[in-house]
Amino acid sequence: MVDDDSALAEMLGIVLRTDQFEPAFVADGARALQAFRETKPDIVLLDLMLPGMSGIDVCRAIRAESGTPIIMLTAKTDTVDVVLGLESGADDYVMKPFKPKELVARMRARLRHHEDIASETLMIGPPESPVEIDVQAHQVRREGRPIALTPLEFDLLVALARKPRQVFTREVLLEQVWGYRHAADTRLVNVHVQRLRAKVERDPEKPEVVLTVRGVGYKAGPP
Amino acid sequence: MRGASRVSRWVVATRRGARQVLARAADDWRRSLQVRVGATTVLVTGLVTIVIGVFLVDKVSGGVLRAKRDAAVDQAKIGINVAQDVLSTFDLTLTQNVLQAKADIRDKLNPSSAGTFSIVLLARSGTGVAADDSPAAHAIPAGLRKMVQQSNLASQYARIPSGRPGARVAGLIVGEPVQSGAGLFELYYLFPLTAEQQTISLIQRTVLLAGVALVVLVLAIALLVTRQVVRPVRVAAKSAGRLAAGDLSQRIPVRGSDDLARLGQSFNDMADSLQRQIRRLEELSRLQRRFTSDVSHELRTPLTTIRMAAEYLHASRSDFPPELARAAELLHAELDRFESLLADLLEISRYDAGAAQLESEPADLRGVIASTVEANRMLADRHGSEIVVNVPDTPVMIDMDSRRVERILRNLVGNALDHGEGKPVVISLGYDDDSVAVTVRDHGVGLKPGQASLVFNRFWRGDPSRSRLTGGTGLGLAISLEDARLHDGWLQAWGEPGRGAQFRLTLPRRAGHTLMHSPLPLNPDELDEEDE
Repeated sequence: MVDDDSALAEMLGIVLRTDQFEPAFVADGARALQAFRETKPDIVLLDLMLPGMSGIDVCRAIRAESGTPIIMLTAKTDTVDVVLGLESGADDYVMKPFKPKELVARMRARLRHHEDIASETLMIGPPESPVEIDVQAHQVRREGRPIALTPLEFDLLVALARKPRQVFTREVLLEQVWGYRHAADTRLVNVHVQRLRAKVERDPEKPEVVLTVRGVGYKAGPP
Repeated sequence: MRGASRVSRWVVATRRGARQVLARAADDWRRSLQVRVGATTVLVTGLVTIVIGVFLVDKVSGGVLRAKRDAAVDQAKIGINVAQDVLSTFDLTLTQNVLQAKADIRDKLNPSSAGTFSIVLLARSGTGVAADDSPAAHAIPAGLRKMVQQSNLASQYARIPSGRPGARVAGLIVGEPVQSGAGLFELYYLFPLTAEQQTISLIQRTVLLAGVALVVLVLAIALLVTRQVVRPVRVAAKSAGRLAAGDLSQRIPVRGSDDLARLGQSFNDMADSLQRQIRRLEELSRLQRRFTSDVSHELRTPLTTIRMAAEYLHASRSDFPPELARAAELLHAELDRFESLLADLLEISRYDAGAAQLESEPADLRGVIASTVEANRMLADRHGSEIVVNVPDTPVMIDMDSRRVERILRNLVGNALDHGEGKPVVISLGYDDDSVAVTVRDHGVGLKPGQASLVFNRFWRGDPSRSRLTGGTGLGLAISLEDARLHDGWLQAWGEPGRGAQFRLTLPRRAGHTLMHSPLPLNPDELDEEDE
């Protein structure tokens, strides 16, 4: 948990311990990365406005060496800040002031995939160059080369690949992948679809694996 | 028939053309200072020139004629002796001799200082003298003869025969009585005024030409001078127009130090002062908006802590004594209100800062209505109101920012439920090729006259004493109005006391399209009439 507001950190600690988490706290952005390496957390809560090093930079640094889920805590609601945070690698964001239950629900949704142990292999994308997904091993390959995806990107791809002909609205994806029960910010989906495409598509400008259905949402490309 | 109709058409067309020319002239007169000054100058100069010219021509021609007359009278006075001598040498009873006498007198007197002339010699009737029967004799006016017969030297202007037969020219006739041996004669001198007339018409022509030249010259001068004045004024007008249109850096080039330069200088000073004021106000308003936004942001972190603490207390309230438990509940409930107020303030400040952005994409408006109804389900149950939805069976696709449109509709439906007194709330969707409209109707207390325009004001409340289950912030409709405007749409209200209220949201189907009308009426009575 990276936040410079000690009262918030302490209160959050109380709440998280009640919900059986074991939080560790850092108040300074510059020391966040070191703390991350030492504690090896399952999930990172990151304030965007930090002394020392901005939340965006911390997010990028963590993402560079790990796929650990990151949830941003932000007091800013402007589109630019949110999109910038998501593009720097955060999986989800929670707007201050948030309800503790909401935060815990999001955290659980991000941690859920550890319990997911089904043995299946999915194939999507163009037949001459399909994307292979080994759900159990948490691996994605294309033309034999492994593609490194964050857990969130992996979940997103799997959700689409499991029902290749179905069109998913952004709201449905938010519910299935992020764990939102109510309508939320669909920009989350847009940003992550773009990040996913940048990794799995041959040409992100002409997507073949994750297709846009204009006015509705997204679907997986034909296997 | 066809010819007549063509003629009448032509007449109509000509009249129309004349009207157009007149209208254009009138328009020019109104619009152009130059035209007005030019026309006035021509009119005044023309009048003055005509008066002076007439006076001048009159004076000069009067003088010329008077000189001629004086000379002619002098001639007649000299001629009287010559005539007496000649007449006494002839026997005038013979016509032939009369002619000879006339020729002799003329030869002896001509050429004179008064110019060439011809002579008529008449005798008193009954003297036996042969009558002068030449055409010139018939030209003598009776009035002149009467004067001469009374032994006066008299003169009169008259038309006299010229050299060519039958032709007459302007002339002066001087008559005098002559006493000779044969009796009393009347001798008339006929001076043609051809030369004088030529002189006078030359003067007339010259004066006319000079007058016209003068008028043209004065017109040219007037136009030139006006142009010098009008051009800077036009530049000033154009600059003022640009300034009014928002180009605050607009200035007039100032040359010299005359009145027009002063006008330009004053204009520039005014523009400077305006620019300064506007910059200052812009800066102030920017600071203020920034402050609102900062305050909202800064409040968020402590509010998060408070919220978590409140939730924590609320969750364990069953362990508290009753008063403490109730306090925890109140704290929890009021925090919700506080939070939505903060969120609305932030949203309004974003609109005020012009930072709100539309993220529109095509979507089915029915879906937004459905999720709006879903979101208000609990509130409707608490009010005991039914939500009736009238939407078409086919998708209604429009370009919109679904998040904002849903926020508008949630606000409208929430308001309708709050003020609907448990009666049904009706949501209707209407559309045509260019626009869609959603109306939200309640059958509650309604709006008093004049309130329909007030409901969109910030923190406005129709009836402060009414309890509100939604705990509205007072900013909901103001934000909705901004949301609608961001879509180039309309949000309007109708209401009558006791009959409920209706809000209508009209949106263009395609982004950037300008709304001309709404597919649904704002006043529900109009719809009822159509149904009947």
